[in-house]
Amino acid sequence: MASPFPKPNETVALPDPLREAVGQLLLAMADDEVLLGHRDSEWVGHAPILEADIAMASIAQDEIGHAVLWYSLLQELGWPDPDRMAYFRDPPEFRNATLVELPKGDWAFTIIRQFLFDFAEKVRLEALMASAWTPLAAAAAKVRREETYHLMHSRAWVLRLGDATEESHRRMQAALEQAWPHALGLFEPTPGEILRVEAGIQPPEAELRARWEAEVRPILEAASLRIPEAEPVYGGRLGRHTEHLAALLADFQGVARSGLGETW
Amino acid sequence: MVSEGAALTREAVLAALEAVKDPEIPTVSVVDLGLIYEVRVKGDEVEVDFAPTFVGCPALHVMEQEIVACIRALGARSVRVQRVYRPPWTADRMSARARQALRELGIAPPRPVPAEITLTAFEKLPCPFCGSTDTRMENLFGPTSCRALFYCNTCQQPFEAFKPL
Repeated sequence: MASPFPKPNETVALPDPLREAVGQLLLAMADDEVLLGHRDSEWVGHAPILEADIAMASIAQDEIGHAVLWYSLLQELGWPDPDRMAYFRDPPEFRNATLVELPKGDWAFTIIRQFLFDFAEKVRLEALMASAWTPLAAAAAKVRREETYHLMHSRAWVLRLGDATEESHRRMQAALEQAWPHALGLFEPTPGEILRVEAGIQPPEAELRARWEAEVRPILEAASLRIPEAEPVYGGRLGRHTEHLAALLADFQGVARSGLGETW
Repeated sequence: MVSEGAALTREAVLAALEAVKDPEIPTVSVVDLGLIYEVRVKGDEVEVDFAPTFVGCPALHVMEQEIVACIRALGARSVRVQRVYRPPWTADRMSARARQALRELGIAPPRPVPAEITLTAFEKLPCPFCGSTDTRMENLFGPTSCRALFYCNTCQQPFEAFKPL
């Protein structure tokens, strides 16, 4: 039965094929966040100092919360519910960039990955705040405010570790070399991009990448880190992943798929 | 069906929601936190616009379930809690009563929230125990998404602060 109440936010109808195209964008965003949240959670109980441990737990919770929000918008567009999306899909069905599926590595890699991701999310959210699809614009504005804390955290760590000691510099530089090509993959064109751009849903991925580089390059340089010249690692947005995703999903989805979950 | 003696009105619903607390802040109601944006009553159907503080807050489900149970107890046949993100919830929506209750729990309430949140929002935050502003932020992250960790140099007490958002 239709709700007797008017919607609080005016909604722009999304007829196919635009509905499918917007869904592909949300899927990429949700899959990025749920997997990075899982990787971040792997630090709980293991981070180098207690404050960092608490921070990683909190950031993991935020990222997974944001994933649920994007999956919920997907559900409104006709996709299955968030639990089914997170726990009952196989690697080829995931549309995350490969950056977020890589193992957590050392603390330097964790910080570099989070930093590159947080600023990518910042420029994406700031662009989506002007999206023609109002539910997405409203959610982007909400998440953008929360991300302020992640940005403060990862920027501070990059600046601190970039040139603290010979070892911290060496580890951060190695982490950047490893993460950078995968981070460029965050801006891999996704199916339906042209439709979304034409409809005012989002700016082109290439434009987001340029804005992102303008933000991260000065900070990395201030941290005495050299930005690698590397080609992007693409494929994640099309379901082509590294071998690490299957192992991550086995861990992440194991309990839900055991059939024991429903009535805890 | 409407319970005897009490009409199902917007005002009655808002008054009843004073009983629904944030499980992490058990003395402050969802109304005082400013999480209830609107209540619409039509016959025996009720819709509530509910704004999350932090989207990933695990207490959201608990609060939503309690909101539904609370309004059903007033006689509503159908209750729908709708999450609203626009305008985003900010700490400026908290009532004076909520701020006082937070202080009594040892949680510093946030000052008026600037358009762009920077680290200056965490400088000289008054200690909820002694009121001193000789305090320092120890960790941007705390026991819940919405709280950060501080230390008071005057009374030498650690304390929590509700993050500006």
